[in-house]
Amino acid sequence: MDYQALWLTLRLAAFTTGILLVIGIPLSEWIVFTHSRTRPLIESLCSLPLLLPPTVMGFYLLVLLGPRTAFGRFWVHCFGHPLAFSFGGLVIGSVIYSLPFAVQPISAGFYGVNPAMLEQGQLLGAGRIRLLRQVLLPLSKRSILTAAILCFTHTIGEFGVVLMLGGDIPGATRTLSIAIYDQVQDFAYKQANHTALLLLAISLIALIVLYTRSPRPQVPHA
Amino acid sequence: MLEARLKYVAGDFVLDVAFEIRSNWTVLFGPSGAGKSTILRILSGLVMPREGRIQLADRLLLDTAKHIAVPAGHRAIGFVSQQAALFPHLTVRENIAFGIHRLPAEKRNARVDEMLAFFWADSLANRKPAQLSGGEKQRVALARALAPKPRLLLLDEPLAALDVAAKEPILANLSHCGVPVLYVSHDLAETWQSDGDAIVIEGGKLYAQGAARKVLASERERLLRLLGDVAAETRAQGTENRNCVERC
Repeated sequence: MDYQALWLTLRLAAFTTGILLVIGIPLSEWIVFTHSRTRPLIESLCSLPLLLPPTVMGFYLLVLLGPRTAFGRFWVHCFGHPLAFSFGGLVIGSVIYSLPFAVQPISAGFYGVNPAMLEQGQLLGAGRIRLLRQVLLPLSKRSILTAAILCFTHTIGEFGVVLMLGGDIPGATRTLSIAIYDQVQDFAYKQANHTALLLLAISLIALIVLYTRSPRPQVPHA
Repeated sequence: MLEARLKYVAGDFVLDVAFEIRSNWTVLFGPSGAGKSTILRILSGLVMPREGRIQLADRLLLDTAKHIAVPAGHRAIGFVSQQAALFPHLTVRENIAFGIHRLPAEKRNARVDEMLAFFWADSLANRKPAQLSGGEKQRVALARALAPKPRLLLLDEPLAALDVAAKEPILANLSHCGVPVLYVSHDLAETWQSDGDAIVIEGGKLYAQGAARKVLASERERLLRLLGDVAAETRAQGTENRNCVERC
């Protein structure tokens, strides 16, 4: 078992999930309540990673974060190293790639809140932030848990974007899914099997937690 | 007390009314689709009319010509509809305190206690809405709307689902709450019994306003026709209403 890759993968998933919740909650609130004409464009951009091949996204991120762009040069100027092929670059790539897994469940949760409650909150003087904090978030707890679990497990299993953006640097960018690829390349099937089983177990446990906490729809007995 | 002139268009429906509220208890009467709920939603600030002006006492809440529109939460207007819409994750006490969170804790608790006592809900204070009956939910919703001491209370048939025995003491209490009430009702008997004013609307237009009994007497023919529609919705209510008009 490549414990270094395991630790890096867990760190990457934790950072990505935390950042996505911080970004996803206000973004979803905006999507649900805005009257802006840009909403379909923003929603489409948020969902794009679902349809885009990971290599395409990885390629564009590699170019964007590399030293040939103004942003890449600015980063090198400030921090002394490029974002591409670094843990920071992987976090940015994972955040963008897993964005729909945060925004879609959270938006669905917000859409599901009874509008009459939001109106009452509004009539009782609550502004947007208070409505979000005291009405929307408590009533969308399950959706937020779903988003967190999906983001975490999706990041753990990421391959294409990670490989394109981070390469395969042990301790810096080699995640468990890259380690499996390396092990298979080296015909180390037993090791690959152990690593794959670990990923499978993490994903399965996460989904069991998710479905255990989700309410069952009321189906009439036959 | 309140002067309103409102024009609102949604598809084929046009609401174009101008009315005044002078009494502490005013019933807004009309068939389904007349625009009663729309009027309340515009007054509360939840819906923006195409044109309009709303003046509540000395305060201008809306003037589309001057681009003035006070947001819903700053109008000091309470609004309770048929749906109590209590916050399910908060206790009754927390629900009632929601609109007065800026008050110091001592004053806030005192006001919540006052509201709980006013609506005989002291024993419900620590319950969640899921543990309340329909009537209890509506009493808590009324307490929550009155806690911030609004200058006008809008009631969109909040007691429609309750039986007379449950409804009457609540109505009696509301008439003594010290806040002017605009009350949407299908129930003509209620309008007849009220000492206040009545406003009759149909198809987005206002047909009569004034003292409730005078309005009912002068609009007898129209009300008999409107009640045909009401009877189609709720036959028992329609029969009761028809008897009431006959008495007029």
